Amino acid sequence: MVQVKMHLLVCGGTGCRASESKRLVDELNAQLQANGLADEVKVVITGCFGFCEKGPIVKVIPDNTFYTKVKPEDAEEIVKEHVLKGRKVTRLLYEDPETKTHVSDSKHMEFYQKQVRIALRNCGFIDPENIEEYIVRDGYAALGKVLAMTPAEAIDIVKKSGLRGRGGAGFPTGLKWEIASKNKADQKYVVCNADEGDPGAFMDRSILEGDPNSIVEAMAICGYCIGATKGLIYIRAEYPLAIKRLQVAIGQAREFGLLGNNMLGSDFNFDIELRYGAGAFVCGEETALIHSMEGKRGEPTIKPPFPAEAGFLGKPSNVNNVETFANIPAIFLKGWEWFSSIGTEKSKGTKVFALAGKINNVGLIEVPMGTTLREVIFEIGGGIKGGKKFKAVQTGGPSGGCLTEAHLDTPIDYDNLIAAGSMMGSGGMIVMDEDDCMVSVAKFYLDFIVGESCGKCAPCRIGNKRMHETLEKICQGKGTMEDLDYLDNLSKVIKDTALCGLGQTSPNPVLSTMQYFRDEYLAHVIDKKCPAGRCKALKSYVINADKCMGCTLCAKNCPVSAITGDKKVPHVIDQAKCIKCGTCYEKCKFGAIEIR
Amino acid sequence: METIKLTIDNTPVETEKGTTIYQAAKKVGINIPALCYMNLEHLGIKNCPGACRICVVDVAGRRNLAPSCSTACMEGMVVKTNTPRVLNARKTVMELILSDHPKDCLICPANGQCELQALAATLGVREIHAVENAAVSTYRKDASPSLKRDMDKCIMCRRCETMCNDVQTVGALSAINRGFMAVVSPAFEQDLINSPCTFCGQCVAVCPTGALTEVDDTPKVIRALADPTKTVVVQTAPAVRAALGEEFGLKPGTRVTGKMAAALRRLGFDKVFDTDFAADLTIMEEGTELLTRLSKFLGGDKSVRLPIMTSCCPAWVNFFETYYPEMLDVPSTAKSPQQMFGAIAKTYFADKMKVNRKDLVVVSVMPCLAKKYECQRNEFKVDGNPDVDYAISTRELAHLIKMANIDFNSLPDEDFDQPLGESTGAAVIFGTTGGVIEAAVRTAYEIFTGKKLDKIDFTELRGLEGIRTASIDFNGTMINIGIAHQLGNARKLLDGIRSGMYNFHAIEIMACPGGCIGGAGQPYHHGHSEIISARHNAIYKEDEEKTIRKSHENPYIIKLYEEFLGKPMSEMSHHLLHTHYFDKHKV
Amino acid sequence: MSNIKLHDSQIRQIKDICASYGNKPGELINVLHTTQGVFGYLPEEVQREIAKNLNIPVAKVYGVVTFYSFFTMKPKGEHAISLCLGTACYVRGAEGVLDELKKQLGIEVGQVTPDGKFSLDCLRCVGACGLAPVVLIGDKVYGRLDPSKVKEILANYR
Repeated sequence: MVQVKMHLLVCGGTGCRASESKRLVDELNAQLQANGLADEVKVVITGCFGFCEKGPIVKVIPDNTFYTKVKPEDAEEIVKEHVLKGRKVTRLLYEDPETKTHVSDSKHMEFYQKQVRIALRNCGFIDPENIEEYIVRDGYAALGKVLAMTPAEAIDIVKKSGLRGRGGAGFPTGLKWEIASKNKADQKYVVCNADEGDPGAFMDRSILEGDPNSIVEAMAICGYCIGATKGLIYIRAEYPLAIKRLQVAIGQAREFGLLGNNMLGSDFNFDIELRYGAGAFVCGEETALIHSMEGKRGEPTIKPPFPAEAGFLGKPSNVNNVETFANIPAIFLKGWEWFSSIGTEKSKGTKVFALAGKINNVGLIEVPMGTTLREVIFEIGGGIKGGKKFKAVQTGGPSGGCLTEAHLDTPIDYDNLIAAGSMMGSGGMIVMDEDDCMVSVAKFYLDFIVGESCGKCAPCRIGNKRMHETLEKICQGKGTMEDLDYLDNLSKVIKDTALCGLGQTSPNPVLSTMQYFRDEYLAHVIDKKCPAGRCKALKSYVINADKCMGCTLCAKNCPVSAITGDKKVPHVIDQAKCIKCGTCYEKCKFGAIEIR
Repeated sequence: METIKLTIDNTPVETEKGTTIYQAAKKVGINIPALCYMNLEHLGIKNCPGACRICVVDVAGRRNLAPSCSTACMEGMVVKTNTPRVLNARKTVMELILSDHPKDCLICPANGQCELQALAATLGVREIHAVENAAVSTYRKDASPSLKRDMDKCIMCRRCETMCNDVQTVGALSAINRGFMAVVSPAFEQDLINSPCTFCGQCVAVCPTGALTEVDDTPKVIRALADPTKTVVVQTAPAVRAALGEEFGLKPGTRVTGKMAAALRRLGFDKVFDTDFAADLTIMEEGTELLTRLSKFLGGDKSVRLPIMTSCCPAWVNFFETYYPEMLDVPSTAKSPQQMFGAIAKTYFADKMKVNRKDLVVVSVMPCLAKKYECQRNEFKVDGNPDVDYAISTRELAHLIKMANIDFNSLPDEDFDQPLGESTGAAVIFGTTGGVIEAAVRTAYEIFTGKKLDKIDFTELRGLEGIRTASIDFNGTMINIGIAHQLGNARKLLDGIRSGMYNFHAIEIMACPGGCIGGAGQPYHHGHSEIISARHNAIYKEDEEKTIRKSHENPYIIKLYEEFLGKPMSEMSHHLLHTHYFDKHKV
Repeated sequence: MSNIKLHDSQIRQIKDICASYGNKPGELINVLHTTQGVFGYLPEEVQREIAKNLNIPVAKVYGVVTFYSFFTMKPKGEHAISLCLGTACYVRGAEGVLDELKKQLGIEVGQVTPDGKFSLDCLRCVGACGLAPVVLIGDKVYGRLDPSKVKEILANYR
């Protein structure tokens, strides 16, 4: 038998697959074959490495060489140079944006240095479609440990770890399990909420794609603890790759006796089924999720009864999200003491964020609770794209708020973010720069909420619609000071009266932007200006006569003939005709068109 | 029983564990306004989606406001129902609801009856913040033979959906769409007539706005009354007399039989007759049918299908035609009293009066909206001329009386006209659940056993529980009887029969809660089920006071058979008083 | 009323799908997913068949179909274009790309071009935020878009 000497790990996450990582894998294999290396060097498709900005990523093990933006055409060079001759392909290495030097391995990249990977521990290291690789990295050892304890002992460990729900609200996981375990019923359910819906969040998907077995194992542990024999994973139908990998993982676990009857020789039985979401953000709310799993409209219902009392099919059900479950095996393997030593007083462990927006290193990161926003954005994230000025960071998706420069040194945890007017949410973190209009951002989130509101309760159904219309009016330059009062009152009433978590938090983007960027609202309302120049109706394109050469290019391209002027004479834009399409601005070679 | 102590608006309250804040507040005289919430306690019907958020209250220590309709009282809870925060929230939510609601109150069919309108007044909404180009949700309108849907007025209280699905198990309506455009509708926003709707109208009975209303047939009646070439007669169903008074401010349960007859006469009807007469006739036919089937069955004839089922309720007929088409030969073939009346009026009575049936207009006053559909069924027409021309509801009759400037409460009590106005106590109890079968038992017992009843009241058949069963001793033969009201209970009963859980000889089914007294054409109960109970009691009181209490003793019924029909189940009876059913299976 | 008539073979297909889920009402969403996978969309007649097989009111089926954005009652274009409107894509200029797509295709969101070639929809985050803004055409992902690239990409499908 030939010893495998080298592994080429290729990211097979959705982002990298979109950049043709699949073709890259084929090409790498072809090159290895052609050079007679197919037996010694193994290409492994792994889950997300997190560094999506520079995908597709190829990581060479054992030397940890980290190649970025690898194209299928680069396969030949990697094989011929690195694999055969041991020479790194410098042009594919990561270039440190500050020092401009090439970093040869991931351990020395700032992107990874501040990260602590618990939930993502296996993502990017193992082949997610091969359970043996998971087992080699201590997979299912936690389940083995737990099966040797009593459920109460195991729940106690989860309680002591201080783990809180990673889906948004931060309810203590151990306590949740304990409640579910105490409710007596002939059948109970473990439910994994994989209906990740925040626009701009892909943590759960990456975990499911990169390390599906950890979820399967954690659900089995939970089942043992609460006395459930059935697990259900509610997953977005829009995540085909995650679905496939879960199916593979569940199938393999059954083959290995890690699901099914008498698991690991115990008398514990557990199995998992998949249920598919169908495009409704509100189904992330646990009662809505349960109704959806029952084949109904995903409308939330009043709690109590909580799912732990009456959940799926009226039976006690414990609902946790993907990231929460991903932490569970690690807690049992390394101990609650270890886990609770990470993080802040009330928020233990780490949090995975999907870092996106106007930031250099878009990607998936995992940091200890208590890391500051500044560390995340400027160190791990590599700062703002294009050297622009940082303006705001949005956390918590449509339920969260926008935080400013003043919050950058706030240590991230559940309570600090809420105190600052935002929330942890599931982990979307969107960075905005000076070109972003905060009124428009608030409108964007409201637009999302209006589209996703289930329509059951009046404040959310109608109130958010009216908020959105009012923001639209302000962006059109038609807003009044009364509108701002109206927004303020509506926001408070919706928070106070909406039925579910979605509605109760929906005004947060408006409230936080009104609080921290009031000047910007006032500029729209009083001055009829959009300081970021984003609101079309408030823009005017003007030709700077000093810079205009009279080349006529703008006039020729104007779709409504709003620009006039003779050759070689400065042109003029008729503001009454201008539709603010921006064509002239793009076409002008002399920078003579200014936006005011 | 475990009790809980709390304070509401500084008032100490002691209440049972499990009570909601809304209920506990009511006990101490605090009426928290609510909109979507509806609890028909006496009937076991509840709608509590927590959707409107009008009933919110401030609970000390809680982050947001609590919906009082669905928040249980806890020990030591401190609740405030009228702080500025609560009042502002309530009013703002109301403004929001009104911002997506048409403002045509003055010409709305629910004007004066609308819970939304009343609540807006209570909350003191005086203006609605104008958002430029504010969207309003609009939907396809629909008019069926019985009811009209104008869902622009829907506030998503979901009461109709609860009635149609949970209570009646008809499933014609469902919440559709999402968010701002969410509404309750039949599939594909199509007309109700293409849905499995039974026209029971319980959606109308509970709608707090003008979104669901009855089809208004009063203009047709006014036109007929004013037409000198027409002879116009009217029949009034038993349940109407137990509820009509409510429309004139009388206490629920006040019987207004005599005033009603007087009012109808003043409205210009040429003859004021009574559906009760036809109810007695129904007992003669249906009772005989029961006895015939029963005798054959007891004689060992395997081809006889039992139990015999009553067929007076048109929504129930629609229900089994839609959902149990394989059982079309099981229900009694007897027409409903309304249609028996029409058939007799346009033959026997028309002959007596020497008027052509085309010049005779039969108007019925019904507690029911399905009757509007029933009288339009093709099998109840002769050459296109219907046996009953117009069926108006109790509410529509009240409108007619008001429009005609009649001071109802000061009217004298008057009698019905003859020959179609005489009735027995057995007929009156048709108006409430269990009444038809009790009336049938009174007659069937005496015919079957040949003995006189010692005790006319069969209290074991009475009550408001959804499903009731009883065995009556017919001189040694035990007759098993099942009773259900509300179609969901009917379904349970039928499924129980199918599965062999029940073994009945006869069953009575009424579609509406409480039977006809809770019909969709009755004055609105606005969620107060004690009104239904009061009507229920009034019906039995009316029965008790009748001189004749058994249908077969009605002298005019006896005369009708002598002069015209021959005997029950005769060829003439079959022709005029019996019908057949159609497979209307729909999803 | 119904605008299409199902063939017997299609009725059988729906029956088989429902049967594969045990004709259980609770499996409605799975049945709809599978059926839409086969038919491409869920027209009225299909929903009626499903209702019949699962023994639930068609109003409930319609209520579920109209609740979830994944289900559609209209056939999609030959090439279904979906623009990601997640926040990352939004702040990186997805709106401009959307305007350009509308302009190039001459249709609004939710519509199909008259020749049936393209349909245009928006969806929530696809999770390729590193490539924002992102457009999916069929299964293929196009990332780091700006309005100027739209015409060229569409040309591949015309």
